[in-house]
Amino acid sequence: MIKHLLSGADLDADTATEILDTAAEMATVAGREIKKLPALRGRTVVNLFYEDSTRTRISFEAAAKRLSADVINFSAKGSSVTKGESLKDTALTLQAMGADAVVVRHPASGAPHRLANWVDGSVVNAGDGTHEHPTQALLDAYTMRARLGRLAGLSVAVVGDVLHSRVARSNVLLLSTLGAKVTLVGPPTLIPVDIAGALAPATDVSYDLDSVLPNVDVVMMLRVQRERMNDSYFPSAREYARRYGLDGPRMRRLPEHAIVMHPGPMNRGMEITPEVADSPRSTIVEQVTNGVSVRMAVLYLLLGGNNR
Amino acid sequence: MAYPPAARSSPPRQPSVKVILASADVQRVVDRIAHQILEKTQGAADTVLLGIPTRGTPLARRLAARISTFEDVAVGVGVLDITLYRDDLRRQGTRAVGPTELPPGGIDGKRVILVDDVLFSGRTVRAALDALNDVGRPASVQLAVLVDRGHRELPIRADYVGKNIPTSLAESVKVTLAETDGVDEVKLYGGSPS
Repeated sequence: MIKHLLSGADLDADTATEILDTAAEMATVAGREIKKLPALRGRTVVNLFYEDSTRTRISFEAAAKRLSADVINFSAKGSSVTKGESLKDTALTLQAMGADAVVVRHPASGAPHRLANWVDGSVVNAGDGTHEHPTQALLDAYTMRARLGRLAGLSVAVVGDVLHSRVARSNVLLLSTLGAKVTLVGPPTLIPVDIAGALAPATDVSYDLDSVLPNVDVVMMLRVQRERMNDSYFPSAREYARRYGLDGPRMRRLPEHAIVMHPGPMNRGMEITPEVADSPRSTIVEQVTNGVSVRMAVLYLLLGGNNR
Repeated sequence: MAYPPAARSSPPRQPSVKVILASADVQRVVDRIAHQILEKTQGAADTVLLGIPTRGTPLARRLAARISTFEDVAVGVGVLDITLYRDDLRRQGTRAVGPTELPPGGIDGKRVILVDDVLFSGRTVRAALDALNDVGRPASVQLAVLVDRGHRELPIRADYVGKNIPTSLAESVKVTLAETDGVDEVKLYGGSPS
């Protein structure tokens, strides 16, 4: 097993499948009266969040606690970071405190890679800038496999702001490794030139959502990141919604079995309408549940053995 | 470093292998344990057999099948994965987590018989008792093993033992079953050549 999980590219097909299989077993714990396992008793997991993310932080915290690890939450707000402490000094402090794993969310792409050089424990990338979010890709893959029974041969459309989306990047890498075919869909301004070639050569790019929909098994809608929209990537929110938003009529053009995914949080009415988000095809709530199981599997496999 | 010629030319010592139970013996032992379970539990009512992977699982299934043959009583069978409850997780490499499958009706209020192939240090059974704790509350727990090789590190004993094999710590006991390995056999490795 690998020591750190920094990128979707860290995982080969066997390792990724091992994580998904382990997550399936971890999911059975959620159905029990006692949702707790002793596997990581005595281990310390630090959630080091330089960016706000209640959803991801709580998911990692629940996962670590279900495995009996001690959890320390470190938020940059109100910490010594605001007094000017560098990432390296924070890392050395964590090191001195004996952190066995550091789950890091950082606005700078590559920060988890740097951190991995400074601490002895495992580093899990919980989202770095516009770069990657590998556990999100794993939980997306888990959800697809749970709903559709397989990953190899699936056709997946990833729709929206690919340029700023770490979810998209990690998904392209992981899904390609596991044999699914990804099509990136969005306005030309939000799809970097040759991103497909840079990540996985078999990936397609399309600027026309309507032509892609009838041929896919999965549509993954990305959040329009209003906080990053300081340039004119598209004329108006209304125009974006009209061309790339998933509404009821568009959803009905999907094959019968196709599912709709969204990493959350959603802009209802922008990239996805309430009718779609709340439909039986939507896996948005399942994705949150599966997130805990997948993160339990990742923490167990990174910390469970002596491969450190 | 130079070795004397005599030492260099002597043939390497072959580790000795002794068959303790052959295929027919294994079947007889399973039958005997099934009878003992029926006798001790007075008909095996409200009894659930939980196999500890890997080889405890087919053993539990065989015992249930034999019990239903002898007394026409259906005994629940399940699998109890103990991976996450082991106390050597830090020392060993990461182990793959397997499924835990309980029979319909669960184990609450039932007499649970844990089934494993070899009883050695007792740590696997301890882990199984912890795992059991998290999946329900049985009325009582018993233990059935095909082989007891001794060297307990915990105060644990089996209620049903197929065969006691006194061993030294240098020896190892290997159980193979038709379901998992293609043949039913119990072998002792590393003992004094016979």
